[in-house]
Amino acid sequence: MKLDSKIPQGSISDKWTSYKSSVPLVNPANKRNLNIIVVGTGLAGASAAATLAEMGYQVSAFCFQDSPRRAHSIAAQGGINAAKNYQNDGDSVYRLFYDTIKGGDYRSREGNVHRLAEVSTNIIDQCVAQGVPFAREYGGTLSNRSFGGTQVQRTFYAAGQTGQQLLLGAYSALERQVGIGNVKMFARHEMIEVVTIEGKARGIIARNLETGQLERHFAHAVLLCTGGYGNVFYLSTNAMGSNVTAAWKAHRAGAVFGNPCFTQIHPTCIPVSGHYQSKLTLMSESLRNDGRIWVPKKQGDDRHPNDIPEEERDYYLERRYPAFGNLVPRDIASRAAKERCDAGHGVGPSKMAVYLDFKYNMMNKYGKEEASKKGIKNPSDQILLELGRDVIKGKYGNLFDMYKQITDENPYEVPMRIYPAVHYTMGGLWVDYELMTTVPGLYALGEANFSEHGANRLGASALMQGLADGYFVIPYTIGNYLSKEIHTKPISTDHEEFVKAENKAQARINHFLTINGKRSVESYHRELGLIMWNKCGMARNEKGLKEAISEIQALREDFYKNVKVPGSADEFNPELDKAGRVADFLELGELMCLDALHRNESCGGHFREEFQTEEGEALRDDEQYKCVFAWELKGENNWELHREELNYENIKIQQRSYK
Amino acid sequence: MGNSMKINLQVWRQKNAKTEGRFETYQVNASPDMSFLEMFDVLNEELIEDGKEPVAFDHDCREGICGMCSMVINGRPHGPKQAVTTCQLHMRSFNDGDTVVVEPWRANAFPVVKDLSVNRSAFDRIISSGGFVSVNTGNAVDANSILISKEVADTAFESAMCIGCGACVSACKNASAMLFVGAKVTQLSALPQGQPERESRVVAMVNQMDAEGFGACTNTGACAAECPKEIPLSVIATLNREYYKAKLNGK
Ligand SMILES: Cc1cc2nc3c(=O)[nH]c(=O)nc-3n(C[C@H](O)[C@H](O)[C@H](O)COP(=O)(O)OP(=O)(O)OC[C@H]3O[C@@H](n4cnc5c(N)ncnc54)[C@H](O)[C@@H]3O)c2cc1C
Ligand code: SF4
Ligand code: FES
Repeated sequence: MKLDSKIPQGSISDKWTSYKSSVPLVNPANKRNLNIIVVGTGLAGASAAATLAEMGYQVSAFCFQDSPRRAHSIAAQGGINAAKNYQNDGDSVYRLFYDTIKGGDYRSREGNVHRLAEVSTNIIDQCVAQGVPFAREYGGTLSNRSFGGTQVQRTFYAAGQTGQQLLLGAYSALERQVGIGNVKMFARHEMIEVVTIEGKARGIIARNLETGQLERHFAHAVLLCTGGYGNVFYLSTNAMGSNVTAAWKAHRAGAVFGNPCFTQIHPTCIPVSGHYQSKLTLMSESLRNDGRIWVPKKQGDDRHPNDIPEEERDYYLERRYPAFGNLVPRDIASRAAKERCDAGHGVGPSKMAVYLDFKYNMMNKYGKEEASKKGIKNPSDQILLELGRDVIKGKYGNLFDMYKQITDENPYEVPMRIYPAVHYTMGGLWVDYELMTTVPGLYALGEANFSEHGANRLGASALMQGLADGYFVIPYTIGNYLSKEIHTKPISTDHEEFVKAENKAQARINHFLTINGKRSVESYHRELGLIMWNKCGMARNEKGLKEAISEIQALREDFYKNVKVPGSADEFNPELDKAGRVADFLELGELMCLDALHRNESCGGHFREEFQTEEGEALRDDEQYKCVFAWELKGENNWELHREELNYENIKIQQRSYK
Repeated sequence: MGNSMKINLQVWRQKNAKTEGRFETYQVNASPDMSFLEMFDVLNEELIEDGKEPVAFDHDCREGICGMCSMVINGRPHGPKQAVTTCQLHMRSFNDGDTVVVEPWRANAFPVVKDLSVNRSAFDRIISSGGFVSVNTGNAVDANSILISKEVADTAFESAMCIGCGACVSACKNASAMLFVGAKVTQLSALPQGQPERESRVVAMVNQMDAEGFGACTNTGACAAECPKEIPLSVIATLNREYYKAKLNGK
């Protein structure tokens, strides 16, 4: 197999424009006869489904939740980037492009990332036109904040609920097309097989989760917008149902998987509190605008944080990275937290946490600002705190409430305790510039693909990418494929390939139900997660990865002997749904470890302990690994590695520095 | 942390919409730092180990934002705490030895799927009848070309926070969906982008709401009291005002 990324010729800033002006179009009459399946209704899926339907295609959309509005994107908190330069602080398309490539530790494609930066501005316009209530200034203009890895303010937000507002915008556009009849919506449906006919994607097998019925759906093209696979770690900030099944089934049907081990561990999450823990909760990166991260200088210091005097605190990010301070990229902030905790400076009951403290900015930034606005002379500390608290409340109120609800501590008075947690997967289905996987007619959008974030994603860039893919990229690029499909008549779902795929899915379901062992699906998931976290998490090494691979293989074998799936196939049965998802995670986990083992360097979120600088920073090996690892499945647990070399023609590769 | 509490659960079990349901009693050991749904996870693990059927319930984000979780706890949608969804409720809100009764949303427009899980697709159909701004992708002007005052933006945002959970319907003795519909209508009629379809929108959404079999509003306010996102009762007044204005204008 030869990977062709299909990056257009020409200078970086002309590639997308010239692609758009030369890509074949499909005329309106033909569009009406072309069916597109969109699996997933998160930002990527809802925006794609709505836009393609507006253009006149016949769209069928699927999601496993009871409504498309509940996709995991709804939970995104902090914001969305766009190179609008509304703050007049020197932002530009080029700077967003540059920051993203650098933030990704030089492991993403220049052509794709530049396009993303170009369309970023249209996204904000589109969302505002839909009625998305972004935060605004008193003068009526849009408000911005900063995120990690940048020195400009380009992040648009709606309190701590940006994902919700953006998704509801895309969802309303989608529902409008449902009303018009251009989209058929299948909620509580899970895609469990991709159907390929003569090498092209032609449809899916979906399970109606309410009735258990298997259904066959035909389309001229299939778009997977099914999100990330962070839940392979069991504990993550992802929603409980987030899974890899759709992408994995595509992988099994021939789609190559890109950089599977590239995982983002987010530095600011609420720490684990007990063995029953089912998920971890993110405290948005935006908090690092105003929160300062510290640990006690003394090891094992048990004093209450408010009793530890200033000079006995180690603001380790500000100390190590004076240029970016608390706003270094996520991979760096996470590793630094782990380093401090491993060195015995961790806080809280588990000692696996650091403080995120708002007091300084509450008083000195906002308190003073407000006091001077109100003309209060020589305000006391108490007054400063009170004034500042209101500002902080306006900015992050819902996050503070959520923190209090979960931990029973008041973050306005006591610093938050935070620790890194699995958050996002940069890896995913390999796609070319047109977002097509290696299976013709099968596309991947949003977090499900591997494309724009290299080895580390910058904050507020996933929402941007999901909406870029759905609103502004796929509507053009799909034309290149579908313009050649206008003579393909709908294929009957009685076709043998549909029958074969359905039988395969049915057999697998029956198999789960008949194992009748002793252990719950959940217990396997938890065990897998622990292996992944310990050996393929924030730090990895050769020995651990090799152990992990054999442990996962053994666990998988045991799963197929001992798992207990209650209930039957012809009813609403969440345990059965979970069994399928965990079975896929048990295969993916092995591939992630294999990928991490083969990448003998550290880059971004992939930190191999054997490869670090003297200061403990990631040590890349650009000679050998300036490439994408793309894995092709050759048989059970048998993969072939392909490489896509990355060319940097516009950005000079450097050792990444935030000092 | 760690100190264990015993909870007596009475849980509604119902195989599907066509069969009758009944309460079953279970005992669970919980910890105060556990979330309410984590307590159900523990119960389900035990049921599976004992070869029994676990309790089906809806949930996804467990962060209070997706609107999927939906339990009536001791007679109150989302339980005893103000402004908190079922998934964000913690066991420290209960006492050792408490009996806790858990039921699904009760409304004709939300048929039971199984146990504690219901079908809320009626809400999607209300949105698809008019809960949007008709603007195709690519038609937008620069985002800062229309200025919107902070007050208007904040009002719109306050209503846009609705998570579509349906607690308002469940709380209402008439199973009215006025708070849900009012929230969307308030958001879009506050914003300049919502003006062109302002009247047709409200009429279409109200018609669809009626067609789905939601009940009438008698201004009792139970909906707003139970809404986890504190959508204010005033959105219902706005909805009524917008509706009558549109009707007067012959929409
Ligand atoms: C807590 C949290 C906060 C975040 N905050 C930010 C932020 O502030 N800014 C930012 O840029 N990014 C943020 N992110 C990341 C960002 O939210 C996600 O990367 C992004 O929303 C993913 O969107 P998506 O459309 O690709 O997939 P998702 O939103 O995950 O949607 C997946 C869809 O696929 C469907 N699906 C999946 N599998 C199947 C199947 N087999 N069959 C049928 N349907 C299926 C699901 O039902 C769902 O509709 C955050 C992430 C988390 C976890
Ligand atoms: S108005 Fe409140 S209770 Fe009703 S659906 Fe919205 S968030 Fe839920
Ligand atoms: S599970 Fe998402 S709101 Fe409760």
